[in-house]
Amino acid sequence: MTREDKATLLSVDGLGIAFGGLKAVNDVSFAVKPGEIVSIIGPNGAGKTTLFNMISGIYQPSMGRVKLSGEDVTGVEPHLLARRGMSRTFQNLQIFQSMTVLENAVTGYHLSEKGPILADLLSLPGSRRRARAAEEGARKLLARVGLDRAAEREAGNLSYGSLKRLEIARALALNPKILLLDEPAAGCNAVETEEIDHLIAEVAASGVAILLVEHDMKMVMRISNHIVVLDHGEKIAEGDPATVSQNPAVIAAYLGADAEVSHADG
Amino acid sequence: MMKISPKTATLLVLTALVAITPFFFPSGYYYRVGALIFVNGLAVTGIVILTGYAGQISLGHAGFAGIGGYACALAPVHWGIHPALAVVLGAAISAGLAYLVGRPILRLKGYYLGVATLGFGILVSMVLNNERDLTRGPDGIEVPELGLRAVLKDWGLNLSNGEFWYYFCGLFLIVGAWIALNLHSSPAGRALRALHGSEVAARTVGIDVPRMKLQAFVISAVYASVSGSLLALQNKFITPDVAGFMHSIEMVTMAVLGGVGSVLGAIFGAGILTLLPQVLTVFAEYEQMVLGLVMVLVMIFLREGLLPSILRRLRGRGE
Amino acid sequence: MSELLQFLFSGVTVGAVYALVALGFTIIYNASDVVNFAQGEFVMLGGMITWFAHAAGLPLPLAALSAIVVTAALGVAMNKLMIEPARGAPVVSLIIITIGASIFIQGGTQLIFDKQIHSFPAFSGDAPIRVGGATILPQSLWVIGGALVVFLGLWVFFTRTLLGRAVLATSNNRLAAQLVGINTNFVMTLSFALSAGIGALAGVLATPITLVAYNVGIGFALKGFAGAMLGGMGNPKGALVGGFAIGLIEAMTAGYLSSQYKDAAAFIVILAVLFFLPHGLFGRKSTDRV
Repeated sequence: MTREDKATLLSVDGLGIAFGGLKAVNDVSFAVKPGEIVSIIGPNGAGKTTLFNMISGIYQPSMGRVKLSGEDVTGVEPHLLARRGMSRTFQNLQIFQSMTVLENAVTGYHLSEKGPILADLLSLPGSRRRARAAEEGARKLLARVGLDRAAEREAGNLSYGSLKRLEIARALALNPKILLLDEPAAGCNAVETEEIDHLIAEVAASGVAILLVEHDMKMVMRISNHIVVLDHGEKIAEGDPATVSQNPAVIAAYLGADAEVSHADG
Repeated sequence: MMKISPKTATLLVLTALVAITPFFFPSGYYYRVGALIFVNGLAVTGIVILTGYAGQISLGHAGFAGIGGYACALAPVHWGIHPALAVVLGAAISAGLAYLVGRPILRLKGYYLGVATLGFGILVSMVLNNERDLTRGPDGIEVPELGLRAVLKDWGLNLSNGEFWYYFCGLFLIVGAWIALNLHSSPAGRALRALHGSEVAARTVGIDVPRMKLQAFVISAVYASVSGSLLALQNKFITPDVAGFMHSIEMVTMAVLGGVGSVLGAIFGAGILTLLPQVLTVFAEYEQMVLGLVMVLVMIFLREGLLPSILRRLRGRGE
Repeated sequence: MSELLQFLFSGVTVGAVYALVALGFTIIYNASDVVNFAQGEFVMLGGMITWFAHAAGLPLPLAALSAIVVTAALGVAMNKLMIEPARGAPVVSLIIITIGASIFIQGGTQLIFDKQIHSFPAFSGDAPIRVGGATILPQSLWVIGGALVVFLGLWVFFTRTLLGRAVLATSNNRLAAQLVGINTNFVMTLSFALSAGIGALAGVLATPITLVAYNVGIGFALKGFAGAMLGGMGNPKGALVGGFAIGLIEAMTAGYLSSQYKDAAAFIVILAVLFFLPHGLFGRKSTDRV
């Protein structure tokens, strides 16, 4: 049941990590294709965010491999993964608090706007042109996530839901091949959740692969092409939403034996 | 009315200050105090880049001021280099050293970075103190005349020594501030402020965090070095104290006291802390206590620094 | 061989003073996450107040005791007036606050006392003790013994007493400690009193050897800070080992290489250690939580 083939964009193979002898994630494998939405679900503490941190290069895995477009990128620094087309958001927000909303989004264009430091110090035309181009792109993205009117505000003053969307805008600015979203709808109301829902589907439709960690089961069941279920750091099931939600092991792990996954809500 | 950018506003304020304050000087002595403020302001502008933008601490930046200062004392005598070129040489050595030292050091965080930079500063000041054959030790050494004042005189611009150094250092400060302000809103400056806000998020958007930190460290080292050179050249004398621990602390204190997040704030801090001892000479006995108390009180009650806090209050009243 | 022993003795003696200062750093750091650069001033005050009280006619033990008590009280005052109001401030601000406090204390000391260099008699005479061809001053034994006793005392306090465990709990998680009913404000007060008292004790023990003046504190602070960081900030064992290590490195450098560069050697070693172990010898490794 390996889904890996030539079209695979991201493949995770036997990935695991231990903290002080304790296995937080153990032997997890799955694959993601371009344009596909793959969700990782599981109870709190199942190791979902840890898995994200390994894939995105923030933690060094103690075993297993991560491949991006067929190349081994296990343990590669996050900023180099960014160059290879991976970007992500964070469960507990990692916003540049004292910068404006616009500036936060512009940092997502770092790879395309950076240039010789001397040009930046002397504000040479090249430097200003790069900055302006990034700013224009960022404004468009902010409009796309509905934050264009808050562009000049200091990011630290925004609501939680707005900051979640700002993180998505920043991650999209990298023009990624694969986007890792860690609970994008957490703390958002029903309307905001639906907006994020649409945004994710739209991004996926443009060919970007999406790896999603989310507690909102309705959203997960609605938009995922494929679901990987973790419990106690191990993969206990995977498959399409219908299959997974009927899987007895999943139901047992998640809710106790007498409920169905699709009724769960966060 | 056209809206002016914070950058233009800062530069206008600085230029106006440099140009207009001399009209209120009761005596020529104040040119010297002014020049001192500008020299400190230049060093502190470098701290704004390192600490205010990039969020990294240095308790050893005086080491670079020492290198800049002693380059002007030694290079003209030993290698026959013109003092103006010695400023450039000092800056180049400082930049090179900052590059070499910064690589391993900047992996450290918080207090560990503090102790490592502190160690670097102490090493430089020890070399300056102990290599008597070269530096003549703790008593200090003469620094050759820059000679620019004589050139200006030939061109018909007759300035007193005090006036010359006042305007010369003021010019350096304005250029230094211009560069720091350019950086602030440039791609590199944004990357620095981003890694200050969240290192992990900065890495995931593709920012090479160690490299950016190193660039900030090198740039701020050049600021400190040039400031040390200017100090040596105008005093025509320099001692190893310029590289000492207390001078490092002074730089950081000036910047943070005035407001390390903004160039103008930090320069304001440099002004206050340079003037304070001049004012306090009246009660010299209490100088240290007052200085210590000011440091503590400002940090407790005006956390963003003097200038941002004052501006915020003024704005609050205006609304 | 006797030469080596001699350097060893002098290294262990200064190392013991640094270890005491480093332990003081550690206690306050654990309670409040603040590195107190005024720690060296406590050492200076211990020496100065003992000298003053002794010169005023108090017997030496009583003078020493009064110095420790007064300094501990000043430590508590410093916490209440300067550290607690600044809770949550960034590291740079805290560094400036404690250095400001240090400058303030120096200024106050030269105003109340004077700018002269002072000393008082060694506790057990000045006759050097001969050991294996080298000599050691009886006062050195006092200093070394003092450092070991303080370390053991702290160890017993933190592991065997309820109060000590409350301090440890507070340093691990302030909020959780409050939730289980620990008075964290009292823990802070206690930590500053303890730390200042230990600093003063170091001053009392060391002054007959090192002498004291209003401006000696910053030197002790830098060395103690270096020792604490070398061992790994927040770890008492690290502070002890780090402090002694700095003393030994200094003494060996002074003896075999160059007395002018003895201060440099310590910092070169620190830079080297931090290069390989960014959290010091015994420091906890932290993982970025995202």
